[in-house]
Amino acid sequence: MSGELHIQNLGKAYRKWGGELRRVASWFRPSIKPVSEHWVLKDVNFFIAPGEAIGIIGQNGAGKSTLLKLITGTTKPTCGNVRMHGRVAAILELGMGFNPDLTGRQNAMHSAGLMGYSKEEIDRAMPEIESFAEIGAYFEQPMRTYSSGMQMRVAFSVATAFRPDLLIVDEALSVGDSYFQHKSFDRIRQFKADGVSIMFVTHSMSDVRTLCDRVILLDKGRVLKDGAPDEIVDFYNAMIAEKENAKMSIEQRREENGWLLTRSGTGEARVASLELLDDTGKPLAVAQVGQRVELRLTATIHAHVPNLVLGYMVRDKQGHVVWGTNTWHTRQIQNDLQQGDTVTFRLPFTCTLGPGSYSVSPALVSTDTHLVDNFEWADNLLVFDVVNIDLDTFIGNTWLDAKFAISRQNGEVAQ
Amino acid sequence: MLGIVESAWRFRFFIASSIKTELRIKFVRSRLGGLWMILNPLAQVLIFAFVLSAVLSAKLPGIDNRYAYAIYLMSGTLCWSMFAEIVTRCLTMFIDNGNILKKLAFPKIALPLIVAGSALVSNLLLFSAVLLIFGVLGHFPDTALLLLPILMGITVALGLGLGLILGVLNVFIRDIGQVVPVLLQFIYWFTPIVYMVNIIPEQYRGWLILNPLIPLVTSYQDVLLYSRMPDWRGLAVTACLAIVLLGFSLILFRKASPEMVDQL
Repeated sequence: MSGELHIQNLGKAYRKWGGELRRVASWFRPSIKPVSEHWVLKDVNFFIAPGEAIGIIGQNGAGKSTLLKLITGTTKPTCGNVRMHGRVAAILELGMGFNPDLTGRQNAMHSAGLMGYSKEEIDRAMPEIESFAEIGAYFEQPMRTYSSGMQMRVAFSVATAFRPDLLIVDEALSVGDSYFQHKSFDRIRQFKADGVSIMFVTHSMSDVRTLCDRVILLDKGRVLKDGAPDEIVDFYNAMIAEKENAKMSIEQRREENGWLLTRSGTGEARVASLELLDDTGKPLAVAQVGQRVELRLTATIHAHVPNLVLGYMVRDKQGHVVWGTNTWHTRQIQNDLQQGDTVTFRLPFTCTLGPGSYSVSPALVSTDTHLVDNFEWADNLLVFDVVNIDLDTFIGNTWLDAKFAISRQNGEVAQ
Repeated sequence: MLGIVESAWRFRFFIASSIKTELRIKFVRSRLGGLWMILNPLAQVLIFAFVLSAVLSAKLPGIDNRYAYAIYLMSGTLCWSMFAEIVTRCLTMFIDNGNILKKLAFPKIALPLIVAGSALVSNLLLFSAVLLIFGVLGHFPDTALLLLPILMGITVALGLGLGLILGVLNVFIRDIGQVVPVLLQFIYWFTPIVYMVNIIPEQYRGWLILNPLIPLVTSYQDVLLYSRMPDWRGLAVTACLAIVLLGFSLILFRKASPEMVDQL
């Protein structure tokens, strides 16, 4: 069985009653109405198909947590409804209800009970919980002797010990050391492969890209956008900048090659051209591993710009950043530019990327972040492929100058 | 209403394990462990017995045991300590567990059941300690003792009904949490636990009917000390009141439930 979730016209309002006695009276006399209402979530509609992984992103206060609470059922919607099939497990906060004086095993028992499982079910899952947490003999020790990472290990093991049909995860994946992070991530991925529907609330855009099939962007309690991960994440990044620069525009379209172009900015400085060239100055669409290439960007200035910084981000097809820096970090800030000026940035480098498709996203800003001024930010403006022609086969998105040195000793032949 | 019962049943393992956990936590890091649960009310009995026995011992009619007053005190305390524990803990249970209620979907009705369960268990421990002390003092209650489970049941129902109402309201109107402990003090002294009813002047006795705890406490004393049948009429009134309170508290709980988490 797999989980399915329908959200219809969901809304949540916090009400003011003008005195708590009026509120209490309203339970018995429906004619008593609240004085004012504050809607934190309104007209939310979406559907999660069985086995689908959905990311929910949005700024603080966008209504993400409220949405999760409504779906898990800890708060009741003011209007609309949540319908679901299958068993829901929510990891909203790890380690809820743990008591420091109880042992790991007792706490695991207790907290699985809190999730509504029976004694027999818990007893059956307990060996698995213990082995997944990998805290050894500490499992029988009081929890106050644990490090916080160990507590999180137990908490995560309990929370995911039972295969749900719909798993709701709220920022809970960064638990413990990186070994355990990988392990817990794998478990979520395994769930996904088993057909568990996943709903995933996070601020980590790389998690969203890796795990989600679809992303929903919430803003001011409404669904602002619902679509493919790269599209929504880039739009979200542009939106964060927009907040700081009120007059900015966002433009988004999908190119023929499948990459999504998102351009946003206030336009004091604009990218006039961006090219990838080989060492003779000819434009390239395909680069070879190990080839000398150059990125050349020409910026035009349309208003007085006191400080100009160019930032680059090179991303792979999944949207993971492979490399990025800006001229603020390299201490090459251009000062006091006037309308009509043009600036050419040349960036020669050796292409040590692995075979695959890559995109370049330039940003014209004034400091090391695009939150202060965002003159122009263009996601995936330039797309190029890298092929491996004359080097030995390797995988991954980075070419390392690595060579095997092999020596061997012949063993004594027994007589 | 059926839904409440159903969800409580589904979480029966959690309720049982929580009660066990609560007791275990009391034991786990103190040397005397579970003894503390009964030492507290017993210390109170001891103090009152020392301070007041000289004043009051002569006025216990029909009992020739010289420790009669101490036994009288313990009988009343047995009833009161369970009632007071359930009410005070119900009062703050939703607020204390606010974080869990906000983050996890589990039936809120489990909380009062856990409170009642753990109060009952610790009261049973106190009861066995009291019986032991009775034996040491040379007092052996007779078959009237068999009525005690009924009395305990009424005490739990009364405490739970009142406590749940106050606990729900306390989420919205926090003043209640401050007022109730004070009121409990008053009720304690307006109930004949430390003194006997007959020292109250005749003209004020009529008012006593307003205190539903009096029939309950006197029944405990009847059963444990005097070894006689309790006053069934007064007890029936209290039992009815307990059922009405319990019913009302469940209605209130159901109405308040959707808004409760938003206020925590």
